[in-house]
Amino acid sequence: MNAATLSGDFGLEKPVDRSMGNSPATSVAVEPAKEKKMEKMVSVPAGEPFGDKIKVWARAALPPCLGLIILLGLWYVATFKGGSIPGPGQTWEAAKVLFADPFYRNGPNDQGIGWNVMSSLQRVGIGFGFAALVGIPMGFILGRSKFLSDMINPIISLLRPVSPLAWLPIGLLVFKKADPAATYTIFICSIWPMIMNTAQGVQRVPQDYLNVARVLALSEWKVVTKILFPAVLPYMLTGIRLSIGTAWLVIVAAEMLTGGVGIGFWVWDEWNNLKVEHIIIAIFVIGIVGLILEQSLIMLAKKLTKESS
Amino acid sequence: MEKFVEIQSVEQAFDTKKGKFVALRDIDLTIRQGEFIALIGHSGCGKSTLLNLIAGLTRPTKGVLLCDGREIAGPGPERAVVFQNHSLLPWRTCFENVYLAVERVFGEKEGKAKLKERTAAAINLVGLDHASSKYPHEISGGMKQRVGIARALSMQPKVLLMDEPFGALDALTRAKLQDELMKICEATKATTVMVTHDVDEAVLLSDRIVMMTNGPAATIGEILDVKLARPRHRLTLAHDPDYIGYRAAVLEFLYEKQAHVEKMAA
Repeated sequence: MNAATLSGDFGLEKPVDRSMGNSPATSVAVEPAKEKKMEKMVSVPAGEPFGDKIKVWARAALPPCLGLIILLGLWYVATFKGGSIPGPGQTWEAAKVLFADPFYRNGPNDQGIGWNVMSSLQRVGIGFGFAALVGIPMGFILGRSKFLSDMINPIISLLRPVSPLAWLPIGLLVFKKADPAATYTIFICSIWPMIMNTAQGVQRVPQDYLNVARVLALSEWKVVTKILFPAVLPYMLTGIRLSIGTAWLVIVAAEMLTGGVGIGFWVWDEWNNLKVEHIIIAIFVIGIVGLILEQSLIMLAKKLTKESS
Repeated sequence: MEKFVEIQSVEQAFDTKKGKFVALRDIDLTIRQGEFIALIGHSGCGKSTLLNLIAGLTRPTKGVLLCDGREIAGPGPERAVVFQNHSLLPWRTCFENVYLAVERVFGEKEGKAKLKERTAAAINLVGLDHASSKYPHEISGGMKQRVGIARALSMQPKVLLMDEPFGALDALTRAKLQDELMKICEATKATTVMVTHDVDEAVLLSDRIVMMTNGPAATIGEILDVKLARPRHRLTLAHDPDYIGYRAAVLEFLYEKQAHVEKMAA
């Protein structure tokens, strides 16, 4: 009985508790309440019925697990009679071998899958970093100045739909090397969402906040750091998330064309070796890495916006 | 008392798709130092437009506005504004919201300790000591509006401009804040211009009520001198014949003299 009421209480209190815990300065006013909650937090895991927890968890996990099982089932059925595409069993065996030693190096064209993923991530990181360095300030400028945004927007609209791969030859020509050319395509494809979202965020800053800035006669620097930046942060993070999604899509294709070390090149190499099970493994690896990138950015966005709102 | 804010034959027009739209015309008003002015009128009559002109947030298309002998060329901290919807920055605590204003106005001359002291004093003035480290989303609407007032007062403005500051609040909270505002104005001797659509609020708080005709091309219809002794108490005033008379005068202006214009506009 006691345990049940306690857990019910906790469920209600939880959101409040969180928002207060996040603001460090609330300590004076909410000190007693906080202590009470601490007690609850400690006592609840022991008090909450274990069965209920399992039920909630199972209900959340069931649909995705079922989906994956069906996918594997279909895959198994489709490849049951043999043919060029390997089934789940075969792929699993190959994966076990592959992941037993992901970080080996036998010369520049034969490296473990770990190294390939790492070098792809490195390219994405560098290209994406430069895009953020250029794109975010540019977004701020375009968002603040109507003249400049009218000037630059048609150019962006023209260039944005172009596949980043179309820029690859120009990259090769300018940099004379495959590696920076691939990084450069990542830069090109990441920069558009960052500019557009940042500029949009700046334009959507509530007029009220800007009026406050005007009445206070804040300097442009203070307007940017104290008002615009915090207000635009959620939009900026959306831009970053979209960018990294596209960047991860593009790097595979770019590496197929440029060669070297990288997950895209590896896919192409295994195609030339006709190791189709490796290609399927690569598809899963690319998917999982992309998922991790996206989810970690969503988590970062949640954390930052919670702190700032 | 000397004239402090002067508004001389001001017109405010906006360019719209249908051509020039005149919101305000022929506005002449002189405000003395320490005076409490209420701007009242039907919605859309340009009360807020006039307030924004005094704030310097917009410039008049004709005429001139002076504050303390100088032309109002833009917004500035000597004319602090309390906005209708509080306009606190959600990522700053109440203290930090007020501090931003204090730092801007006194930051060049005073040290951090003194700035914090000023901030705390402003928050204390509106009775929010206990909430000073909370974020705006953690406090009620009335408290937010009080932080807005604290922010404006903390700048020690020459003129305090309030745009329907209590409009979004329930009647009880509004009454409480009106009483607090009266005390604060008495203590700080602030020159105040307040936009309102609440007749009782206007009569209770102001020295003069500026009643505006309906828009478009609104102007000042009548100015009512409210000669009620201060400090004023809402309960004793409720039966005061003068108070009732002033109230009736404003109501008459709004609902008889200006009623037909509203029908025409509608």
